[in-house]
Amino acid sequence: MDVAVSIRNAVKRYGATTALAGVSLDITNNAFFTLLGPSGCGKTTLLRMIAGFEAASEGEILLFGQNIVDLEPHLRPVNTVFQNYALFPHMSVIDNVAFGLRMKGVEIAARRAKAGRMLELVHLSALADRLPSQLSGGQQQRVALARALAPEPKVLLLDEPLSALDLKLRQAMRVELKQLQEETGITFLFVTHDQDEALAMSDRIAVMSQGLVQQVGTARDIYEVPVNRFVAEFIGETNLIDVEVTRVSDGMADLVLPSGQRLRCSSAATATGRHALSIRPERVTVTPDGQLTATVERVVYMGSDLRLLTRLEGGREFTVRIQNAARTAVPEPGARIGLKLEEGAARLLAD
Amino acid sequence: MKGVRHYPGFLAITLVCLAVLYVPLLVVAVYSFNASTSITKWGGFSLRWYVDVFTGPEAERFGLATWNSLTIALIAASIATAVAMSAALAMIRGGRFRGRGASYALINLPLMVPEMVVAVATLIFFTTIGLTTGYLTIVLAHITFCIPFAYLPIAARLSGIEDSYEQAARDLYATRWQAFRLVLLPLLGPGLMSGWLLAFIISLDDFIITNFVKGAGMETLPTAIFGSVKQGIKPNIMAISSLMLLVSILFVSLSYIINRRGRRAAP
Ligand SMILES: Nc1ncnc2c1ncn2[C@@H]1O[C@H](COP(=O)(O)OP(=O)(O)OP(=O)(O)O)[C@@H](O)[C@H]1O
Ligand SMILES: [Mg+2]
Repeated sequence: MDVAVSIRNAVKRYGATTALAGVSLDITNNAFFTLLGPSGCGKTTLLRMIAGFEAASEGEILLFGQNIVDLEPHLRPVNTVFQNYALFPHMSVIDNVAFGLRMKGVEIAARRAKAGRMLELVHLSALADRLPSQLSGGQQQRVALARALAPEPKVLLLDEPLSALDLKLRQAMRVELKQLQEETGITFLFVTHDQDEALAMSDRIAVMSQGLVQQVGTARDIYEVPVNRFVAEFIGETNLIDVEVTRVSDGMADLVLPSGQRLRCSSAATATGRHALSIRPERVTVTPDGQLTATVERVVYMGSDLRLLTRLEGGREFTVRIQNAARTAVPEPGARIGLKLEEGAARLLAD
Repeated sequence: MKGVRHYPGFLAITLVCLAVLYVPLLVVAVYSFNASTSITKWGGFSLRWYVDVFTGPEAERFGLATWNSLTIALIAASIATAVAMSAALAMIRGGRFRGRGASYALINLPLMVPEMVVAVATLIFFTTIGLTTGYLTIVLAHITFCIPFAYLPIAARLSGIEDSYEQAARDLYATRWQAFRLVLLPLLGPGLMSGWLLAFIISLDDFIITNFVKGAGMETLPTAIFGSVKQGIKPNIMAISSLMLLVSILFVSLSYIINRRGRRAAP
């Protein structure tokens, strides 16, 4: 498969702080690729390096095989949707959208036609002659998107473009963004710290922390087979319990649960000894014959499901999520319950 | 908390201050319409002194001086604005560089140095380098002291413009120059305009420095008025002063309006 962007050991230092500590990534062409990580992990820095606003301290950035680290921003065939949109306040919506084409030397009739089509694509044709200040946040966001897509960049960079929108709009835009990406076939490199957003849209996700890529994979990969503690805890909710590993081979591990029961599960760890076992709250069922025993402390009503906050024998907290169905028997606080791990529910972590 | 209006003596102090500030101006403005030749006795309403300004015996002298003042102000304000804009770009968009603090002090120092000192120093400087005092030396001196005045509104405006606009332009294939011309310059416009107007007024109004560096036979409006007043105040001086006041008020209001509009249109 074609690689659109290849980042080779990118390092970025700001004086004493290291924003990127050696990032290597390959982003396939025509993919929706997401950089996901907590605030300050270096996502924006990486994006700005690809756009050309920050120089890399070390490393290479290849765009379809060409090293672009020394190119000025206006010579790089990538466009950015800025977090604050950065629409030109003195230009009408249509002029904003046509700006990139104008700079590329497309003549006026052609670029206005193209900009008009882009506005149609984001359902804003009616507002073409307004100024950005006369638009709502969601509309501005669409204009920013249309403006960045109009010159048909090879890669579109999006830095948390949905973070300023309210929840409903954000959820609607997720679907639209993904559709846009599929329709245009342009590679999207999307930055977010919102895991729901990442899981919902991405073909592939790179989970970042402290200037490093922790794991790259599909949404399913990073949710179900996290490689380390950080990824397991950052993506969704998880329970971590300490276990004794007796044998590892071929990505599978034999281990002893605190209850003394034995378990075989998939493993990111490659050595025996004490490791953390990650168990997702929704992959556990409440039955009398479970592998774990716990005491219910609180039951939290969440609408579509219920969350049981329990404490395992030995004192660790353990959360269980059960569906709020009519036939669900809800245990009372104080009840002792058995917890059964579903097939594939547990994942042994490397650290 | 009590409003400031409720402090004892607030009204009296306010009235005194207002009177000290504005009554002299008012007197000049009112007496410029005096029909009599006296500057203290009211002899009825008339426009004769305004007519005198444009057609009287001193009309030619004042006309020439006004022409000099306006052209000098135009040139000095324009060049000072250009220099101030470059300075603001370097200070606000130039990142951190050595001597940034010193540069800031240097740009603004002329606001604090006594004008008399600048006047003497400038004259000595021109004499030392052998420049004959005249129109050119006035322009040069005016450019210098206009820069900090032009700098203030431009820098204020520029620091209110996020650099993401220029980055967005660069991202959309604009060269540095295009990003400046098509995006930053229009956004900076109101700041440039009010900087220019302020510099223009300051130049138009300057007396001390001008008087030192103007050389023989060269007059600007303020020096011409001063020369005329030395032979005794005639009501035509009041008329010409009132006209200057009017121009100043117009320019300052314009500068204020432009600035406020710009702020409202700003993102
Ligand atoms: N211009 C700068 N000077 C110094 N340090 C910087 C600069 N820009 C970023 N950093 C530092 O680099 C690190 C990464 O910043 P970056 O903006 O890439 O984070 P981020 O992942 O985008 O976070 P967020 O989700 O909050 O936007 C942070 O620790 C930040 O403080
Ligand atoms: Mg960021």
